[in-house]
Amino acid sequence: MAKVLVVTSGKGGVGKTTSTAALGAALAQTGQNVVVIDFDVGLRNLDLVMGAERRVVFDLINVVQGDAKLAQALIRDKRCETLSILPASQTRDKDALTSEGVAKVMEELREKFDWIVCDSPAGIERGAQLAMYHADMAVVVTNPEVSSVRDSDRIIGMLDSTTERAKRGEKVEKHLLLTRYDPGRAARGEMLSTEDVLEILSIPLLGIVPESEEVLRASNVGSPVTLSNPESAPARAYFEAARRLQGEKLEVHVPVERKGLFDWLFKKRVA
Amino acid sequence: MSSSPLHAATGTTPAPDAPIQIRARGRSFLALVLSPERPLSNWLESLDAQIARSAAFFAGKPVILDLALLHADDEGLDTLQARLIERGIRIIGVEGGNPEWPALAQWDMPTGLEGGRASGAVDIPETTEAISPVDTPKSVSNGETRIVDASIRSGQSIMHMTGDLVVIGSVASGAEVVASGSIHVYGSLRGRAVAGVGGQTGARIFATRTHAELLAVDGYYMTAEEMEAGLVGLATQALLVDDRIVVQKIG
Repeated sequence: MAKVLVVTSGKGGVGKTTSTAALGAALAQTGQNVVVIDFDVGLRNLDLVMGAERRVVFDLINVVQGDAKLAQALIRDKRCETLSILPASQTRDKDALTSEGVAKVMEELREKFDWIVCDSPAGIERGAQLAMYHADMAVVVTNPEVSSVRDSDRIIGMLDSTTERAKRGEKVEKHLLLTRYDPGRAARGEMLSTEDVLEILSIPLLGIVPESEEVLRASNVGSPVTLSNPESAPARAYFEAARRLQGEKLEVHVPVERKGLFDWLFKKRVA
Repeated sequence: MSSSPLHAATGTTPAPDAPIQIRARGRSFLALVLSPERPLSNWLESLDAQIARSAAFFAGKPVILDLALLHADDEGLDTLQARLIERGIRIIGVEGGNPEWPALAQWDMPTGLEGGRASGAVDIPETTEAISPVDTPKSVSNGETRIVDASIRSGQSIMHMTGDLVVIGSVASGAEVVASGSIHVYGSLRGRAVAGVGGQTGARIFATRTHAELLAVDGYYMTAEEMEAGLVGLATQALLVDDRIVVQKIG
């Protein structure tokens, strides 16, 4: 039975696209058939982060409008054969996405894949609503700061009210993914603590992804961090998150700052 | 309709004893009946989108315009005919509506046709599978050249369905330029260029610096990945050879 997972946040720049790519690739590496879909029509980026931008011919809008068949628009990842991407269109606007069209595409995808991971656009408008509408599960990506937490709270409310499941009186399974977590700043009390975020949002914690240059590097080379550098700290956090999504019970590690002599010297000098 | 020229022809035949037999043969064409809907601006947008997907389908097809869904005071009704003609749609008849409407005063009303029979909805084929090169026009440029004196940003789409398109500037990644004729980019082509949309197999794509995401001529395409790495960033032309896009260095 296919699972539809939406990666959403409300706020922009918190790491939705990065997390979609990393989680999608992590799930696909367990042998499951995974498709990641970019719902950010007009500002597509998932193809870049996945390194597929040079292979895009047809996109989600073409499929929704019936100009292309789904198989023509799906791009299979070269590094992981169980991973596919369905890109968004850059030249159309969000109105080109119709709820009927999306429903039809989703139905077709459910037959082909084990996991359908939807990368939501920022905001709470139509695009974000269409991305979450068919979701069975949601990953709410949040940074440990007040504006991100408040926006996430808003999105959680929408997941509970405007989705297909909510309309059937069922719940969308929600998970919190804390990203861009900076252990140093957390230790100095410059960020909201994990406990505070969990207390405000009160949904289960899927993982904590430390702020890392590896994530930026992975995006720039067009590879999910779980494929380009599986040993790095953020990749390990995503792998564990993917295992939790599949139902495993694992303890969540809170990243701590590694205080080496070198770091200490460096900090002294810039201070 | 053709009876008077026929009489005239027989009348001027110089040999009175052996009048030349005028031969007439019947030929039927399927005319498309288009029914514009309100608001007209939206309908025209949808029409453009349809033309972009299946331009060859409209080329050379007789069209009857049915105004039954419109009202006398609809915005844009006065210029509708001109708008359709500039899109290359050949209107052979107008029905529905009322010729007395003031908005129709400027229209060049074709004389009514007789004997048409409704033949049901017509499926408009999409370019990706339906264009057969046999019945498409052969000329590379069939109208005016459009010149754009600006760079095309990501997300923008410039469409020119009646000839060549010239861009004095760059076409960014995520932007697209579409033309029925050839496309010339005097700058970096980083986005998509789709030429020969009306089925013009001879259309070409020229760019001073080629980093294109996708090059297409008459429905045949090549993605960035398929392009020869040695040509990236150079001045090139892309043309169709045996149904394949070929990119060549120029200059």
